[in-house]
Amino acid sequence: MKRDDVIRMAGAEVCAGNAQVISIPAGELRRTAEGLRHDRDVPMDYLRDIVGMDWGEEGLGAVYFMESSATGGRVALKVAVTDRERPLLPTMSDLWKTALVKEREVFDFFGIRFTGHPDMRRLFLREDWKGWPLRKDYDMDSNPLRLDNETNADTTTEYRLLPDGTLAGTAHPVFGENDFVINIGPQHPSTHGALRMRVALDGETVTKVDPILGYIHRGIEKMNESLTYPQTLGMTDRLDYLSAHQSRHALCMCIERAAGIEVPERAVYIRAVMDELQRIDSHLIFYSCLVLDMGAMTPFFYGFREREMILDIFEETTGGRLIQHYNVIGGVQADIRPDFCRKVREFTAHMRRVIRDYHDIFTGNVIADTRLKGVGLLSLEDAVSLGCTGATGRASGWANDVRKRHPYSVYDRVDFKQVTRGEGDSFARYLVRMDEILESCHIIDQLIDNIPGGDFRAKTKPVIKLPEGIHTAEVETSRGEFAVIIESRGDKVPYRMHFRSTGLPLVHAMDTVCRGWKIADLIAIGASLDFVIPDIDR
Amino acid sequence: MDIRRRAKIRSMEYGDFKNNDYLEEMVRRLNADGAGVVLTSLDRLIDWGRSNSVWSLALGTSCCAIEFMALGAGRYDMARFGFEVTRNSPRQADLLLVLGTITYRMAPLMKRLYDQMAEPKYVVAVGGCTISGGPFVKSYNVVKGIDRIIPVDVYIPGCPPRPEAFYYGLMQLQRKIKVERFLGGINRRQAEGGAGHEYEAETGKEAADEAR
Repeated sequence: MKRDDVIRMAGAEVCAGNAQVISIPAGELRRTAEGLRHDRDVPMDYLRDIVGMDWGEEGLGAVYFMESSATGGRVALKVAVTDRERPLLPTMSDLWKTALVKEREVFDFFGIRFTGHPDMRRLFLREDWKGWPLRKDYDMDSNPLRLDNETNADTTTEYRLLPDGTLAGTAHPVFGENDFVINIGPQHPSTHGALRMRVALDGETVTKVDPILGYIHRGIEKMNESLTYPQTLGMTDRLDYLSAHQSRHALCMCIERAAGIEVPERAVYIRAVMDELQRIDSHLIFYSCLVLDMGAMTPFFYGFREREMILDIFEETTGGRLIQHYNVIGGVQADIRPDFCRKVREFTAHMRRVIRDYHDIFTGNVIADTRLKGVGLLSLEDAVSLGCTGATGRASGWANDVRKRHPYSVYDRVDFKQVTRGEGDSFARYLVRMDEILESCHIIDQLIDNIPGGDFRAKTKPVIKLPEGIHTAEVETSRGEFAVIIESRGDKVPYRMHFRSTGLPLVHAMDTVCRGWKIADLIAIGASLDFVIPDIDR
Repeated sequence: MDIRRRAKIRSMEYGDFKNNDYLEEMVRRLNADGAGVVLTSLDRLIDWGRSNSVWSLALGTSCCAIEFMALGAGRYDMARFGFEVTRNSPRQADLLLVLGTITYRMAPLMKRLYDQMAEPKYVVAVGGCTISGGPFVKSYNVVKGIDRIIPVDVYIPGCPPRPEAFYYGLMQLQRKIKVERFLGGINRRQAEGGAGHEYEAETGKEAADEAR
């Protein structure tokens, strides 16, 4: 089945907005998804996201964004169910593994149960949370702060719809009777934030990883529904703070495309330079943290030394070190400083020189070799099915760089190589990021001498309203594909704003990647996947 | 007899600190009942040691934690000031550094970490989120200030605070430690139930009032 076949289906309708979402009857969802997933020529093997929605009278529902890893062709399906008391949708978790975690997110926020999903637990909120926070009729004061300890359920429920219309549940234990379970996090120095994992062990060997998320779930998506478009920008910087520029770039781009705002060429170039500097910054932190997690101290100082140079450049132009608030709708906040270009040129030249030191001290090291090489394998098939974008997917041989597949900004005009490797182990993930530092330097060098003159910011209306429909934009952040999905009803505030988390699939992949490896490898594998927790929890 | 007049930090101007009146009030109360020469001198020595070896438990949940890492790296190098040792166990820490948003799911765990620490213990709230909820104050899942749950000694505002702001805040904590009565004062706090317990009772009452 192809996209055109879906459009020709009875009851199918293409919605407004640049996302080109096709609305289909809920009863057809399962058959359509199977058809698209198993298409003979162009299978939609990468499920980008499932976005839960509350359309009010139209009912609750979800939008499924799919992509073909081979061609980059995309389909988006929308389904709605009118039953607010007992909303049910069929699961997609047997077609795409990433649906296992994405459907839990939708359940957590909207209370939509997915029949056939083996693990229908809440994902982000406390297990004893009352109500569904992203529904429009949610009472914001219904869950006050509680200081009693939370107990995690030992069993999960799989729901089945019986022929007579009743719902039957089957209980599955999370861990077996004889599993030895240890708890890691949420307060742990090597989980890179407030991540908690329950790990089942057989001796020293990991048999299951159950990530428990939500310790930094800040409810950004709900808050955005009451903020005007310029106000929503501030939240994106705090999602993945190591991709602050890029995330904000995606949101600005989404709003600009939907509102038809032309961004001056100068701003486009500045944004791209900033994005690439941010990527280097993030990869330097990745390097520092990876080596620190493995017990090496000196390379940590190397990484932060170069990072401070980038932060100086950021700070001069944007005023911020970590969180810059630089991109605005229609351009950038302020023009670059007079010596910006000189400093950036000096930095890239310096970075090229010192990256040899990075490799000298760590890459050939015997500890690094034995703890990373051949450890934590992620196959290409799993990487696509789990939706592991970014350097993690590229280390498994999946050429998933958004800058190449769906070029935005200046990326179709600059020359750069998409770094991919085939090994799929921790070491490959490390090397991909190190090589990307050089590629980013290469991109910056092409841009920095050619920043055109003119305005750095287009004039926009004082109140920005987007036309009705579902709008999206995506960028390649330091960690993978970050997408913004906005449903607008023509107001100055979004009806729903969703962010595709880059880290959620990565942390979900921990279970697949760590199984069969030693508990000591778990930390190194986690560091090599490089996730940022606030971006996962949002 | 006035033994300790000022909470000084070496090579910092006293006047450069903003809220000296607060610490001067602490000194006044310290000296209100007179001070013994031996005990006070010993106190001073202990406080000197304590203030220059503050071991922290970094509860880093989000952005502020990255700035804290920058503090540990070469350029800002917090080892110069005696608070570079971070402990990963609350049992070994003097200071709970709350770096980043505390959500409803995290709040009981933060409280537990605080309870697990031994007296004398201190709390520094870093960043807008920990002080008031910051940009997420309207969220359904964010604690609007950690001082609703545990007592806070120093607030460091910023989103995230610059490394210099971190230093200023941590130096303020050192200054506070320097003018505390240790013997017969805070070294007895554990036996008396600890500061946190009194606090809990107080805030519990407030919360009940609010609910009414």
